[in-house]
Amino acid sequence: MKRFLLPLGLFGLLVVVLAVGIQRAPEKSVIRSALLGKPAPQFVLPVLGREGVFDSSSLRGRWYLLNVWGTWCAECRAEHEMLLEIRRSGVVPVVGLNWKDQDAAATDWLQELGDPYEVVALDREGRTAIDWGVYGAPETFLVDPMGTVIHKHVGPLNPEIWQRDFLSRLPAPRPAGAS
Amino acid sequence: MTGVLRGISRLLCAALAVLLVSGPAHAVDPIELADPALQERYRALSHELRCMQCQNQSIADSPVGLAGDLRREVRELLVAGKTDAEVRSFMQERYGDFILFRPAFTARTAWLWAAPVVLLALGLFVAVRVIRKRASVVDEDDVVPGEEGASR
Repeated sequence: MKRFLLPLGLFGLLVVVLAVGIQRAPEKSVIRSALLGKPAPQFVLPVLGREGVFDSSSLRGRWYLLNVWGTWCAECRAEHEMLLEIRRSGVVPVVGLNWKDQDAAATDWLQELGDPYEVVALDREGRTAIDWGVYGAPETFLVDPMGTVIHKHVGPLNPEIWQRDFLSRLPAPRPAGAS
Repeated sequence: MTGVLRGISRLLCAALAVLLVSGPAHAVDPIELADPALQERYRALSHELRCMQCQNQSIADSPVGLAGDLRREVRELLVAGKTDAEVRSFMQERYGDFILFRPAFTARTAWLWAAPVVLLALGLFVAVRVIRKRASVVDEDDVVPGEEGASR
């Protein structure tokens, strides 16, 4: 009987390891961004709906979200209401990065669903997305006034994620009246 | 007659071999670089980089859009005269160690590289112990050969 104790113990240990692995699988499948704590990649891209280009260095000095989306991305539709909510709250501006999309389709999408973006930069060839280490839309980055990437979320935003992962990292809103 | 048959079957075999070797590769990535040396480095590198969307394929094997974009990036970096190491670190800076099928040996990846060696050593240790134990049991039997006969 005693000789079975060791194998049985090892088997038990294996079961525990695998059980923990399976339970944590959903978060493990999300790959940690290599950009966290690093300077946000710079870009100069054409803008949706108007002439000229958008230079990301103009974002220096304030917090912003960079939301990577495309009209071909079903999950992006799922988070659109949340983005509109963020826009209404005025907590932080949302910069859209329209990834490998048709300009006309993107315009239609925003007309139909509402426009949560301060500006939409057009990454028609997908080069800026590569600089940001994007691998699947939607992805949302939080960048601080120094231009450092603070957080990245892969997948659609929802109120719970917004509260837990973004609002908690943003500075508390200043009380009314303070400068 | 047999000569003709043999010829035909050889031809079929050759055609099959060509199909097996070249079919899938060209379906995914039809682009070849003009310089054969660069093409070879491009081929090797694109097999070393993970497709982030399909994770168990390299970017050379994957038909998804991002893999195509990453291959374009590799081609352009090579043509611009970057070394293999520079291409790897370009990808690693953006996508992390995960994009490399063979990540560099660092403090973060040490356990990854060490694990097979440690497990092998552990297995050998256990195997040697078990074999020694068995051998000593047999030795005891040899010392008292009469017992075996008596117990039968």
